[in-house]
Amino acid sequence: MKHVEVVIVGGGPAGLSAAKQLVEANVEVMIIDRNPSLGGQLIKQTHKFFGSEKQHAKMRGFDIAKQLINQIQHASNCTILTNTTVVGLYPNGILTTYDNHTYQEIKAEKIILATGASEKSLAFENNDLPQIMGAGAIQTLMNVYGVIPGKEVVMIGSGNIGLIVSYQLLQANVKVKAIIEAAPKIGGYAVHASKLIRHGVEIFTSKTIKKAIGTTTLEAVEIVSLDENFNEVENSSEIIPCDTCCISVGLSPSHQLASLLNVKTKYIAALGGLVTIVNQRFQSSDPHLYVVGDALGIEEASSAMMEGACCGLFVAQDINKTHPNHQTLIFEYQQQLHQLRSGPYGNHTLEGLEIMKKEASNVR
Amino acid sequence: MLDSTGIPSRTQVLSVFLHEDELVNYKAVIECYEQIPCNPCESHCPFDAIHIGENLNNRPNLISEKCVGCGICVGVCPGLAIMLAKVSSTKATFTIAYEFNPKPSVQDVWHAIDRSGNILGDATILKVVESLKLDHTALITVQTDRKFLHDFITIRSKNHES
Repeated sequence: MKHVEVVIVGGGPAGLSAAKQLVEANVEVMIIDRNPSLGGQLIKQTHKFFGSEKQHAKMRGFDIAKQLINQIQHASNCTILTNTTVVGLYPNGILTTYDNHTYQEIKAEKIILATGASEKSLAFENNDLPQIMGAGAIQTLMNVYGVIPGKEVVMIGSGNIGLIVSYQLLQANVKVKAIIEAAPKIGGYAVHASKLIRHGVEIFTSKTIKKAIGTTTLEAVEIVSLDENFNEVENSSEIIPCDTCCISVGLSPSHQLASLLNVKTKYIAALGGLVTIVNQRFQSSDPHLYVVGDALGIEEASSAMMEGACCGLFVAQDINKTHPNHQTLIFEYQQQLHQLRSGPYGNHTLEGLEIMKKEASNVR
Repeated sequence: MLDSTGIPSRTQVLSVFLHEDELVNYKAVIECYEQIPCNPCESHCPFDAIHIGENLNNRPNLISEKCVGCGICVGVCPGLAIMLAKVSSTKATFTIAYEFNPKPSVQDVWHAIDRSGNILGDATILKVVESLKLDHTALITVQTDRKFLHDFITIRSKNHES
């Protein structure tokens, strides 16, 4: 069995940021990612990021990915396995990887799960018609492979992802016929919404998709209005012709790997779903296992990077290889995290983290 | 209103514009109406003319005497929420961030567009700046009738089918 000090599962913003601190602390690190390249969702983000300098603000997401990868990829104490999926997780820091029809067992002193999140779907009639896809799929097609998903898109969901993908569609010269939001308010930042409205996109609140229309592929969607209790308003149906429908109705933390172990988990709505309960050092009820980033609660990539850095520093300390600037860096990254969460859009996360804290105090 | 339509109210828009007397030279107009944890406008301003302060979530505050209208903030704002504005007796001139292709050429006449996406009138393109530093965000300087000062937000090609 192969031995390594720390395995990081997932090479997105959280995993890469953890890796950087560990590499600097002279820890032997292995990053495992099931995708062909590192970077996670960042590689699909063509817009400039919010935040401060510490989160690479005003850089485009794919450039942030390049920078994060650059910081670690040439380090002699860092191994990168791409196209490799972690399919098993066992007590005492043991995991199984699958790659090219081969299974491999690895033992690590510590495992950091930075597995991110997966897109939620919506139940409606005919939702399996071709050309109905998630925002991530559209971003992969368009921004990674340079293929437009269709010519006329109806976007379901007005969170930041729905708004950003709509803007990217416009940039690719794809018509966004409407953005449909079930809540009475736009979910994402107003600046993102304003960028679309001024270019002629319409956002409809208190509406949802009732069914998809088409025989072999999507031809139109049926939209209905919702009352304040999210019930359908009678006779409010309207048909919007389109060739593509994008579902962007939120994310849920990817808890599945952690759930293979008997670690404590809890459904915390404010964090986006079922999450592993961790202490202030990101350590779960299994002392070998740490969880970080969106896998621990849905936030922006900026927070994932700051969390990842903190987690990397704690893990280094926990295996007695404390980063030379541990104190300064922890203080700085925690300060940044606090800042990122202290505005109105951070309330949700803070609420969820309070619950997490209470749960964690009962863990061991 | 803004949070259900994406369109700022008249009052909101006027609150971020300096008085027309101060707009004889280019000044920034910062349409950052929400508290978002973000500060590239502040950290990139070479003249210390934009203050956010310790809390990253504070809305940016423009110090009008210090703003020289250099336009650096226009290019760095990730929300594309900043433009420059200047007025003369009959014209209003703006520098906006623009991220679509094709870009206009100098002397082209495009539609001037308001915050709801409606056509206001004509916008004459005066300058198009693209650079490595701007990272694919073009800075476009356009001139419209002065009466569009508080309405203009972007441009649209007259060939654009919509």
